[in-house]
Amino acid sequence: MTGSTDMGSMATTTGHAAAEAPRETYLTNGYGWKSWFLTVDHKRIAILYLISVTFFFLIGGLFAVLMRLELATPRADVVDAETYNRLFTMHGVVMIFFFLVPSIPAVLGNFLVPIMIGARDLAFPKINLLSWYIYVVGGIFTLIVAVSGGVDTGWTFYTPYSSTYSNSQVALTAVGVFITGFSSILTGLNFIVTIHKMRAPGLTWFRLPLFIWAQYATALIMVLGTPVLATTIFLVALERIFRIGIFDPTIGGDPVLFQHLFWFYSHPAVYIMILPGMGVISEVISAFSKKRVFGYSFVAFSSLAIAILGFMVWGHHMFTTGQSVYASMVFSVLTMLVAVPSAVKVFNWAATLYKGSIELTTPMLYALAFMGLFTIGGLTGVFLGIMAVDRHLHDTYFVVAHFHYVMVGSMVMAFLCGVHFWWPKMFGRMYPEFLGRFAAIIVFVGFNLTFLPQFVVGFQGMPRRYHVYPEEFGVMNLLSSAGASILGAGYILPMFYLAWSLKWGKKVGPNPWEAKGLEWQIESPPITHNFHGPVRVTEEAYAYGEEPTHGHATNTHGQKEATSVR
Amino acid sequence: MSADHAHALPAGVRPPTYHHFEDLAQQEESEKLGMWAFLITEVMFFGALFTAYTVYRNLYPEAFMDASSKLNWKLGAVNTLVLIVSSLTMALAIRAAQTGKYSQVIWQTVATMIFGATFLVVKYFEYMHKYHDGLMPGPTLFFTDVFGEHTPQARIFFSIYFAMTGLHAFHMVVGLGILTWVLIKARKRYFTPDRYLALENVGLYWHFVDLVWIFLFPMLYLLGAHYGLGH
Repeated sequence: MTGSTDMGSMATTTGHAAAEAPRETYLTNGYGWKSWFLTVDHKRIAILYLISVTFFFLIGGLFAVLMRLELATPRADVVDAETYNRLFTMHGVVMIFFFLVPSIPAVLGNFLVPIMIGARDLAFPKINLLSWYIYVVGGIFTLIVAVSGGVDTGWTFYTPYSSTYSNSQVALTAVGVFITGFSSILTGLNFIVTIHKMRAPGLTWFRLPLFIWAQYATALIMVLGTPVLATTIFLVALERIFRIGIFDPTIGGDPVLFQHLFWFYSHPAVYIMILPGMGVISEVISAFSKKRVFGYSFVAFSSLAIAILGFMVWGHHMFTTGQSVYASMVFSVLTMLVAVPSAVKVFNWAATLYKGSIELTTPMLYALAFMGLFTIGGLTGVFLGIMAVDRHLHDTYFVVAHFHYVMVGSMVMAFLCGVHFWWPKMFGRMYPEFLGRFAAIIVFVGFNLTFLPQFVVGFQGMPRRYHVYPEEFGVMNLLSSAGASILGAGYILPMFYLAWSLKWGKKVGPNPWEAKGLEWQIESPPITHNFHGPVRVTEEAYAYGEEPTHGHATNTHGQKEATSVR
Repeated sequence: MSADHAHALPAGVRPPTYHHFEDLAQQEESEKLGMWAFLITEVMFFGALFTAYTVYRNLYPEAFMDASSKLNWKLGAVNTLVLIVSSLTMALAIRAAQTGKYSQVIWQTVATMIFGATFLVVKYFEYMHKYHDGLMPGPTLFFTDVFGEHTPQARIFFSIYFAMTGLHAFHMVVGLGILTWVLIKARKRYFTPDRYLALENVGLYWHFVDLVWIFLFPMLYLLGAHYGLGH
């Protein structure tokens, strides 16, 4: 979107003068530890989150490495069954609650939501900082669990195993997850209020970038779903500590009730993880096609549709639990309905690409990978939503491959996509483009080599969560482990060159991508208050002007806008 | 930056408390919406327990009636009354702030706190009573078998009873903590006719906690009331 700011000529002059002297940015506004750990600046909190989610991504990745190492051969030669159970549980808990859920909302959302809507900060800056501290406290609990023996229930904590029989650190993990939930609730609450109340004059709902719509839909799920998880986990902890019997079948408790309550949060949580990624992709596809996103309002409403439908499909995780067949039928139909808004997004992105002037930059490569991998991940989800097919595929590697296509193939791609896209905005320096593209290709190849074979072994009947398997699955598992090592290398690479670029990357101006949007009209990195003066928005989002086939005419237009702002 | 947005405030209009808002109206609207969104999370938080209650009551209606008859509905009724009155005094405290009666704000807040504390004291004695009767499920204490064949399911009733009323009591304790903050601020005349939103938000929280109890009381205490008073 193009906005124009209402700055007088005096302010513009000051802006130019400041550009020559070392400019004060949000990064140089204070250096001590207090200026970071007590900051209420949404951009600094985003950086704190970036560091902490990366840390947990590495921890979760370490568990994955050990698992793939064990699974490279059919025999148990690295870890025993007990340890393996703990590895996949810790991998799931860390990756879901400490990486995927907070990754895009708390890092990119935190950084961009106020800027994209023309505000100086989120509505509740202190609550924003509090959410980071809560996240860290929850994370510390989880680390304590990891060093004190781990937990072996699977990230789903199914009762009565978790509540009665498991000999691992279930209660501590429950406390960690319970605490972290509040961080997510507070972030969601902050986004909802900010997007409703803090938009700049002229920035109507249908002028908002689609990233904001996606964050808004995500925030709704966070606020409505996470408390239910908190209560459920609270009941498991009570059951475990006080033996209250609520999920204990020996006294008439219902373990399936746990699954209902758990998936009431945890299925929508899948959309907490994917929706923000879809928001990133909308921005990036548009910026590198130099075109308005095709069918803007359909894409916007598809986010809300996914959020709403997401709350009505949890039962598809329980087709094999003895849940009523009629309930299962309803859940099955609703599950297939979710494919509609998801497909709206993918088709509209494809239509946006059509006749666009496409630049294959690093973020764009990730975005294109997202489109392909999400299509596979989403469609295999429809297979699993069909009751008869699910009988065969339930709890096999097919499921594992399906959700990794969505969570890793789509969501982690989207995270990397967004981090690269907005990296110059966050730090004022460009990452090395060649290495960026190289890593993107490595990640894509490594990812597919890791998870495509898992569809095959899953379909052949290999169950998930076992550390040994019959010889006949050997080749596919070896391929998968080999792919994982390539994928790992692909993830390590950006960590190095992004860190390198902080000091040695090429300095960039406000709008290195010649993209539209308020965030590209302010300096890179932005000042603490984002904008020098009041913002007034006069145009729709993605106003790339005429047909992009007219070469760079629209880009010149974009630059002209940007100059007038500074 | 501060010069940019302190612009053009008409005389007599207070600037927002925090720098990132354009004006006080925007700040207050944000805080109000934030509070309602928070209350929605609270509804969902209790909602999971209400769901569990509904499922088990439908599965074991007789055990629930038996177990419920062991709760003292008279004490429950007293507590219901206490909470409703505390909501009234809470509302009066807000009204006093709106009309600028500063000492009234203090006294109505104190009254609200006294009623809230009364509720918790009554609850404490109820809990103690249940504990001595062996009606509190725990790791070592097994449950008394006064319920005959319904004993296991009655245990589930009491689990839900303690989980729901315990969570509710925790919210009461938090509420008393927030009211203490209100009291400190009220003594400094912080709440005025054009600045009472924080107090109003505290009031919303308090009424919400009260409302949860309005549901808990009949659901838990009155199922077996026709059996006569238990203890």
